[in-house]
Amino acid sequence: MNILNMTAASLAVAIKNKEVTVMDATKAVLEQIEKTESTYNCYVTVDKEGALKQAEEVQAKIDAGELTGPLAGVPVAIKDNMCTQGLLTTCSSKILGNFVPTYSSEAVLNLQKAGAVIIGKTNMDEFAMGSTTETSAFGETRNPWNPDHVPGGSSGGSAAAVAAQECFYALGSDTGGSIRQPASFCGVVGLKPTYGTVSRYGLIAYGSSLDQIGPLCKDVTDCATIMEVIASHDPKDSTSIKREDTDFTSALVDDVKGMKIGLPRDYFGEGLDPEVKDAVLKAAEVLKEKGAIVEEFDLSLVEYAIPTYYTIAAAEASSNLERFDGIKYGYRTEDYKGLHNMYKKSRSEGFGAEVKRRIMLGSFVLSSGYYDAYYLKALRVKALIKKAFDEAFKKYDVILGPVAPTTAPKLGESLSDPLKMYLGDIYTISANLAGLPGLSIPCGIDSAGLPIGLQLIGDCFKEKNLIRAAYAYEQARGAFERKGEK
Amino acid sequence: MANIISDEIIEYVGILAKLELSHEEKQEAKKDMGRMLDYIDKLGELDTTDVEPMSHVFPMQNVFREDVVTNGDTREAILKNAPQEKDGMFVVPKTFD
Repeated sequence: MNILNMTAASLAVAIKNKEVTVMDATKAVLEQIEKTESTYNCYVTVDKEGALKQAEEVQAKIDAGELTGPLAGVPVAIKDNMCTQGLLTTCSSKILGNFVPTYSSEAVLNLQKAGAVIIGKTNMDEFAMGSTTETSAFGETRNPWNPDHVPGGSSGGSAAAVAAQECFYALGSDTGGSIRQPASFCGVVGLKPTYGTVSRYGLIAYGSSLDQIGPLCKDVTDCATIMEVIASHDPKDSTSIKREDTDFTSALVDDVKGMKIGLPRDYFGEGLDPEVKDAVLKAAEVLKEKGAIVEEFDLSLVEYAIPTYYTIAAAEASSNLERFDGIKYGYRTEDYKGLHNMYKKSRSEGFGAEVKRRIMLGSFVLSSGYYDAYYLKALRVKALIKKAFDEAFKKYDVILGPVAPTTAPKLGESLSDPLKMYLGDIYTISANLAGLPGLSIPCGIDSAGLPIGLQLIGDCFKEKNLIRAAYAYEQARGAFERKGEK
Repeated sequence: MANIISDEIIEYVGILAKLELSHEEKQEAKKDMGRMLDYIDKLGELDTTDVEPMSHVFPMQNVFREDVVTNGDTREAILKNAPQEKDGMFVVPKTFD
């Protein structure tokens, strides 16, 4: 039995049945990290000592019958923008390079209550701003399928850690595709839930109206299982929603008969790599053969999503990142003259180029004289985009398309042209603007040997439709080779 | 490029953003911002008269709670993160002479 090949849910069962101990699983993951981390750089921080200690504590609670849940004892990796009490949390930025939170984010607490063993904090694009994990201040993460390629981003460390078997599952965050796109590039499953489903308390904010935490994992069963644990109503997050329908595993049903699936023509046009297109259409065909009703339709407004997104995200980022001022925590410049010069120098030295670019743009679109023309205009277009999805979901249960126009690009290819990098988000950002859930699941491998992702988008609160369709597809597709597997 | 960003605008945005950019960074920022705004101008193609700006996708209301302390005293741990502290307080540069 190779422990590392197990899914999170199957490992928890094995632990419960005393076939594997929590310590075995934790040590297996730590050994794997020792072997491959120097190549992939999935983590900013590996908490070896803490993990071994947690393993003992969790095992004791399982043995005492206090922990009986479906993830008890399973090692997990957390994206480094979620606060973890007593454990370095950097957002992959120099400005938070020494920040040790005094509290944990709600999603992490929910995992800990369920008996998770936290292995460490995963690498990401600085402040989640990027699509490749190359804007990290602590070096880029490499794609386990081919280390010359990026893992995607911004949750690239989380996706790569799952693919490289350096954890059993991970948490990521998704502001414009930051869970789904790296999941696609690394051949794992990722879900961005409906806005408000997972508490954002303790998630270091980028674009608050768009950010949402979700799982990156090995299969759809794990995805539903993790969602049941992390979804919660949290009074500490005023945008948190009270939901009664969070029994996501009830949707793990191999039946899509009569499910209406829409393929937006706008998602299959110019710019889409032919191999990605073929693989995604084949997946649609599989669902059709299983009884789903699949048809094409025009979603409209797709080309307006990116400019809308970057206006809103930059505006919110410029406001959210005002708190990094070199006073209460984080980096402070050595040499300064007076308070304002200290603020400016600390921020200019502490933030990387992409973060500064977005703060500048955001400050501009919010400034008096430009606010109406840019920021309010974007919020009006957002309303139109939401309406277009409302119309679509009157006809369809699920929208099916690609996650990204291509498979993972080579390292260094994307950052030279920011606008081009932003265009890679075209199929994912609309879900954030409209608050919708979106799921990414592997559906093929291209001729270069890199995984291709299929995206399923649902109406608000309809994660179960996505889980059901993804589960049915997964049953037909069969096991997807995972890179670290032997 | 339709949007020409002047030196004055970059200076002004630098003040708003509390960023001190080098000469090269300013030149770069002018180019980047101009390109991004050209791209964002695409939104002008859409008629949004009578469309209300949507800040949240769900009807959100302010959430109120009683003003009760629920967390303990974490002053020591919080101050550990401070770049400079003295006698249990944050140290900031002189704000006026």
